[in-house]
Amino acid sequence: MKCRKCGSEAVINMRQHKLALCGEHFLEWVPEQTQRFIEKYKMFTPDERILVAVSGGKDSLSLWNVLLRLGYKADGMYIGLGIEGGVDYSNQSHEMCDKFLSNIKSQISNFKFQTSNSQLPQEGNSEIHDLKSEIGNRKSEINWQPTLRVVDIAKVYGETIPDVAARTTRGRGKPCSVCGLIKRHVMNRVARDGGYDVLATGHNLDDEVAVLFGNTLTWNSGYLLRQAPVLPADKPGLARKVKPFCRFYERETAAYALVRGIEYIYDECPFAEGSTSIAHKEILNQMEKDSPGVKLQFYLNFLRAREQGLFAEHAERVELNACEKCGQPTSAPGLCAFCRLWERRHRDTATTLLSKGTDVITNQ
Amino acid sequence: MKSETMSGKTVKLTYRNKQWELAAGMTVRDAILKCGLNPEQVLAVRAGKLINEATILKEDDEIKLVAVISGGAFSIRE
Repeated sequence: MKCRKCGSEAVINMRQHKLALCGEHFLEWVPEQTQRFIEKYKMFTPDERILVAVSGGKDSLSLWNVLLRLGYKADGMYIGLGIEGGVDYSNQSHEMCDKFLSNIKSQISNFKFQTSNSQLPQEGNSEIHDLKSEIGNRKSEINWQPTLRVVDIAKVYGETIPDVAARTTRGRGKPCSVCGLIKRHVMNRVARDGGYDVLATGHNLDDEVAVLFGNTLTWNSGYLLRQAPVLPADKPGLARKVKPFCRFYERETAAYALVRGIEYIYDECPFAEGSTSIAHKEILNQMEKDSPGVKLQFYLNFLRAREQGLFAEHAERVELNACEKCGQPTSAPGLCAFCRLWERRHRDTATTLLSKGTDVITNQ
Repeated sequence: MKSETMSGKTVKLTYRNKQWELAAGMTVRDAILKCGLNPEQVLAVRAGKLINEATILKEDDEIKLVAVISGGAFSIRE
């Protein structure tokens, strides 16, 4: 199978696009398409500061790589969840993010060295050429370097995600619900407090259609209405959230990481085994195998229907208030779900310690 | 795990902790299907390089199948 652009051996065939590409042209195609989606859905502009939520996996690291190559000022944020799972999962994930940052920084330094010496890239020096063309000639931004912001949940809040999950009824024994709640809160806070214009996540099309499938099965019009490539910062305390990879299949983001040479954590989160989202992905991939493009059409037609207001009149009108403690929006009066999670812990801890005669005041 | 060695020319495929030995001469896509996997959910790597699904597997090829699904993806709903 040959590359449609140059006729050399293809590394990937994207059946939904009837498009096969060689490594070189695939590495060009992914950033080009990403830029197209950024513009089409009005995600952000070249002057805005972006915070990319990275997990050490293929999607988020590839997204960070692509945004930097496109010349965006994108920092990373890693949330240490404290998941061990027999594979040292969180530590390994963190290590991948650190390694990524170190590699990309040295590539950018090479580019700067070349630029500052007014040496034009030589033919055949593809890495420098890539960076020159993709990072561009923004000399005013030449000293900017990406950084990785790390939030270790156990260090900041005193408990790991599995510990929190074990003492709550939320998620019925599985930490995924607690994990999602905490990550959403922390990502929003770090984006807002760090002065970022936008929070970008590596959600790919398979993630999106799995969520869409689940919400369609239950006709959850509220969630359907809020699923989009861009979630605007339309309430005080909310950061704008974007998903620049929302139209790439998962196999394309994995292929990008492999061909680009990005090291990522292959293991799934140990708690993801048996999750509904994976089951939905498998069902959808079974259909995709027999009908190429079915996932893409499902997603695009949903976006079109949503745009035309299909779910708007059925959606519940939810009034949001500012949480009394953290200020983030919440549908409940008083504390948001995140703060209630920790409030409960502090109350329990205080009760335990008070029963031992220790004078403890609940943490503010 | 599975062996098809009538012609004597075989290829090896590995996926996580599983291994298959199949007859050489089939495409990557057919080999993935023969292993009972979905070609939408794996990528094939030979000698460290990604190969496309129509590639014919040759004798003694060693193919690593890489899972593309990551799980437990959370929604970033508000």
